[in-house]
Amino acid sequence: MIADAEGAEAILELAAQDPDLMTKSHIIFIPKGTNYTQALRDLKPAQFYEGPSYEAAVQRIRHVLAEAKMGLQVYLTGTEGLMGQAQNEAMQAGIPHSAIQTEHRGSVARRMQCVHCKGITEDVITDPFVCSHCGLNLFVRDHYSRRLAAYQGVCIDAEDPGNVPEPQELYT
Amino acid sequence: MTIQFNEETFRDDYSFHNSDWAIKRFPFPFHEDSYMYAVNMEQHRGGPEGSVYEKRFDVDEHYVSEMRDRAMVLADDPLRCQSLPHMTLAGWDLLELIMVSKSEDYPDLFELHRNGNQWRWVNKPLGIDDTFTFLDETTLPYGPMEYITRQAQGDFCVLDQRDDMLWMDAGMVTTQADWSLDFDIGMNFFEWHAPVPLAHEMGIFKRALKFLLNIQQGAPARRLNWTMTVNPLLDTSPENYHKWGIQKTTLTPENIGAKQHLRVELQTFFRLPRSNALVFPIRCYLCSFQDLMTMPKWGRRLHRVVRDLPEELATYKGFIDNRPMMLDYLSQFDDGLPTSRGVWPDLDTEPALKKSS
Amino acid sequence: MSAAPQKAKAGAEKIDVTVSAVVPLNELVTRFEFKAKDGRDLPTFSAGAHTVVQMNDQGRTRLNPYSIMSDPADTSHYAISVRRDDEGRGGSLFMHRNVKVGDEMTITFPVNLFSLDLRARKQVFIAGGIGITPFMAMIAQMERLGGQWELHYSVRTEALGTYVQELSYKHPGKVHVYYDDQSQAIALEDLLDGQPLGTNVYVCGPKGMIDWVHATASAAGWPDANVHSEEFTKPQPGKPFQVRLCKSDKVIDVGEHESLLEAIERSGVEAPFLCRGGACGQCETDVVSFDGDFIHRDHWLDDDQHANGSKIMPCVSRFVGKSLELDR
Repeated sequence: MIADAEGAEAILELAAQDPDLMTKSHIIFIPKGTNYTQALRDLKPAQFYEGPSYEAAVQRIRHVLAEAKMGLQVYLTGTEGLMGQAQNEAMQAGIPHSAIQTEHRGSVARRMQCVHCKGITEDVITDPFVCSHCGLNLFVRDHYSRRLAAYQGVCIDAEDPGNVPEPQELYT
Repeated sequence: MTIQFNEETFRDDYSFHNSDWAIKRFPFPFHEDSYMYAVNMEQHRGGPEGSVYEKRFDVDEHYVSEMRDRAMVLADDPLRCQSLPHMTLAGWDLLELIMVSKSEDYPDLFELHRNGNQWRWVNKPLGIDDTFTFLDETTLPYGPMEYITRQAQGDFCVLDQRDDMLWMDAGMVTTQADWSLDFDIGMNFFEWHAPVPLAHEMGIFKRALKFLLNIQQGAPARRLNWTMTVNPLLDTSPENYHKWGIQKTTLTPENIGAKQHLRVELQTFFRLPRSNALVFPIRCYLCSFQDLMTMPKWGRRLHRVVRDLPEELATYKGFIDNRPMMLDYLSQFDDGLPTSRGVWPDLDTEPALKKSS
Repeated sequence: MSAAPQKAKAGAEKIDVTVSAVVPLNELVTRFEFKAKDGRDLPTFSAGAHTVVQMNDQGRTRLNPYSIMSDPADTSHYAISVRRDDEGRGGSLFMHRNVKVGDEMTITFPVNLFSLDLRARKQVFIAGGIGITPFMAMIAQMERLGGQWELHYSVRTEALGTYVQELSYKHPGKVHVYYDDQSQAIALEDLLDGQPLGTNVYVCGPKGMIDWVHATASAAGWPDANVHSEEFTKPQPGKPFQVRLCKSDKVIDVGEHESLLEAIERSGVEAPFLCRGGACGQCETDVVSFDGDFIHRDHWLDDDQHANGSKIMPCVSRFVGKSLELDR
């Protein structure tokens, strides 16, 4: 089980439904400023790890997947960015994406890849938005790459530089 | 050599040009005076002599300059050519398919000499004469797919087939119509088509997928697709859209005939024998409006198609803003006479343009 | 789009071949080898592919699919192994009784509906009886690619263990054989347990075995996409029935021992097909109207389509009732 922030709530709910589950579970949790850690520890999972960031946790995730056997169940919950990146690791290890369970919780922010400079901008909540790397004005294309765990951002004012519509909040 | 290769560019000064021969054989995509998105598959087993459908992999006067342009794109952005690790066998399949086809179809340009797995490949137009061991990557300067597609016009998508689905797991993509291999690699058929409008409602992709899954060895298929491009620019990638998008605004009533190009993709589909993958070559042909207008039937028809195209398709194909100017230009070549059915120019039978006063 | 759109042909492209060897292996199974009639190499194929063999049985055309079991790297010939089915419709009997070295036959280009997942970290093959044939080619391919694999092969008796000796000799440690008459059975749960992530399982054998492997793997938490199977359903005999073909405006009779697809072909109407075993979907036909019951035997249509009678796969499925009209 890999979770960040509010994703902890999904794990707590799951554990409440099926307490036995925890005896076989390995939880990897990135709090992102929330304080669910003690509640998760209290579930007494077989293994528990709290990481300061996804980047810090990824080596452990890879190691666990490399050692894992068929029958392993992967459960991802929390932000889209966390789920997408962890799903990619699990797919690389040989689990088809359709067999990976995900449960979105918390922020609706999107992880975006700028198609021009390839830079990833995390936690995007408006459309259009400014690429945090090359500074182009990008609109959010409804096109998702599991490999990059990101949506595609494309220059919005290429044909009319400077003509950028007012940013709207995503999902409003 | 039978083909005179052009000295030309697809960028900067845009010296690309079509000879009379190339105009006449241009794969005009409209078989009637209107257009609706359709799958339109047919078998790819030759076609009329001299047409772009005749050979398995068409080679024309743009071959050498297109390959030069591809090398420039790759030097700038190597991610335009990618192959996931399990696709190497499919790469060898593709190399074999292209080498065998080209050496059989153009014996004066290409030679393949095979002695077991020791192969010698001669590509006269590009001045290549290499000896290598088939199925041994260490004996080629690039992976097998990259090696051979640096010597073949058009983009190549190599699709793995698993679980009744096609997966975009390898490709050489430098002449694309606004999609990114680097972004799409690893996606399944429905995922990489997600940005196409209307298609989901039409259920068209479900049928297309079923057809493609059943393409068998020895029975390749083909279809046409088209869009519009200002300037004969091959690399209309999303990666560089912030650079080339502005060119769309440079059209004027004076330059539109020379600058505006109809861009046609001849898409073919071959089952690859060792890997059971599917290769999907997308060959791009460009023709300026003014060259197209030399065929009276095409002039009449192109005007009618562009005029009547639904707005969402004109938007998707990226020419909604320029459509009024296009119509002003094209209407001069539409005298209202009926057109014959089919895509061919029928130069001998179709009447010349009736000049209106 | 171009001037002369070409109509899709029924079935895969055909190859004229000469029978180059007929090798009886045991009481029930005989191997047949084919070489191209023109002396050239046969088309390259991928492991798991089958070919449809056309038999001219006293004026009656029989078309049976068989897995190509020879090494995909050797295209000088194709080999198939045919198990004699004394109760069947006669295709295997024809092969066993009538086909001799030097005979000229027609087969189709290879078609693969059971291909290897080349991403797999390890391949586990499970065969029952004559279901060993596709694995013969897969093993040859895996050996060449240097990939990890193991075979679990269940046979009735030592005497009927087709290719058991050859496999055990060439690949000790990788080939595990189980004899029914010695009450040996594949310990499936144990062998699925502990396989590295990214392992794929392939099963070919009787329907019961295929269902058992799918169910056991699923219960052990294996994703469906990692379990592959191939089962050619043979058309079963049944009560004769009558069908109207609307497009062709013909009424045809389907005999007791022929399939609906064969009856359509016999009447001179071209119908698409590839596998003739209910698996590939090519012969899917729309039902215009019906009054009666379908006997669906394919693996292609979903349950809804089976239930609502909108479609039929004429290669294996039949009909009992008053009337049936097809869009063909």
